[in-house]
Amino acid sequence: MRITQGCFSFLPDLDDVQITAQIEYCLGREWAIGIEYTDDPHPRNTYWDMWGHPMFDLHDAKGVMMELDDCRKAHGDKYIRINAFDSTRGFETVMMSFIVNRPAEEPKIHMQRTDFVDRAQKYAWDVRK
Amino acid sequence: MTTETSEESKELPTSVDLAAEYEASGVAEVLRELDEELIGLEPVKQRIRETAALLLVDRARKSMGLSHETPTLHMSFSGNPGTGKTTVALKMAGLLHRLGYVRKGHLVSVTRDDLVGQYIGHTAPKTKEVLKKAMGGVLFIDEAYYLYKPDNERDYGQEAIEILLQVMENNRDDLVVIMAGYADKMDKFFSANPGFRSRIAHHIEFPDYSDEELLRIAEQMLDGQNYHLDEAARAAMKEYISLRRQQPHFANARSIRNALDRARLRQANRLFTSARGPLDAEQLSAIGEEDIRASRVFQGGLDVDRPMHTGEQK
Repeated sequence: MRITQGCFSFLPDLDDVQITAQIEYCLGREWAIGIEYTDDPHPRNTYWDMWGHPMFDLHDAKGVMMELDDCRKAHGDKYIRINAFDSTRGFETVMMSFIVNRPAEEPKIHMQRTDFVDRAQKYAWDVRK
Repeated sequence: MTTETSEESKELPTSVDLAAEYEASGVAEVLRELDEELIGLEPVKQRIRETAALLLVDRARKSMGLSHETPTLHMSFSGNPGTGKTTVALKMAGLLHRLGYVRKGHLVSVTRDDLVGQYIGHTAPKTKEVLKKAMGGVLFIDEAYYLYKPDNERDYGQEAIEILLQVMENNRDDLVVIMAGYADKMDKFFSANPGFRSRIAHHIEFPDYSDEELLRIAEQMLDGQNYHLDEAARAAMKEYISLRRQQPHFANARSIRNALDRARLRQANRLFTSARGPLDAEQLSAIGEEDIRASRVFQGGLDVDRPMHTGEQK
């Protein structure tokens, strides 16, 4: 099942030229870029593993692309996303986040419905390979 | 590359107006700045003009479909301390940016400390961090020969050198590396690392400044800070320069800058202790003969040796 998270998630996957252009946009606004990866794309899993440190002092997207290539080499079978962080006081938050790599075969998100007291229903979702 | 050139390359023009290209690229402006702001350094300026011409012609050839490869632009600057290597590197970054050979045109200036780590596994991430920062611009490695320490085979500098060489080869479109240092040590460095020599196309030598040029530099520095030398001070400065040159640790323009900093200190002190009544702008901005003659250089010693004022020395 195709996971949709963050910006551009309903578009076809971005290629490297498009990713570079997006990063240029982020750097142009002086946002710091962070690369993160995970094998658990559950929507509640907000804490992905960081790939290196966030990059605060880059001038050119090539620096991020080098890291992304390294990350793909190490974690090509996982989800990789790029976060752009705005450190301006008052924002101090992620301004943009998009997926740049997904496994060849994506896991399913499975829904589990359970009966509860008084015919109530409880729902839970989990990621299944 | 600008959109204009990419349009041109589609139609493959049959002729190119080099003079127009020259004006349009803004290279003329950088070269003019170079001429005006940098005193002396004639051979360096000549080399830069030649390099600019080469790159301009290369770009024109590209637009006509005659060449496709990015030329190797890595350079080495060799010369004594204080001969303007960093300043020229900054101009070079601007020049390459105008010509479209680097995308952003910023200069990242580093030394061995920024590239080499202290323990195993520390060097590669450190070097990569610097390279990432320099992408799209110019990486200026000052005193590059310190990267290589032949007497210590476990030195981590070698690791940094290997990463640098790899990036210099594979990312020629993304960054330009300029290595700088004293001529003799650079020669030794290059002969020990043949990989660098073959990857660096332009070797530019920076000559020492003449006394006359150093005096002009001194005046330009003071002018930038709204100070000036009076007649007697000018003569004293001239004498100072020729004396200073014979003493150890002479660093061309940098020695002059330090000398002027100390002269300003003495001038301020003189005004403070001797002034009676209000001072006008002229008095506040004139460096007198006594401010310069007070230097230890005139007594045959170095200012550096003075125990009392170690704070002044950079």
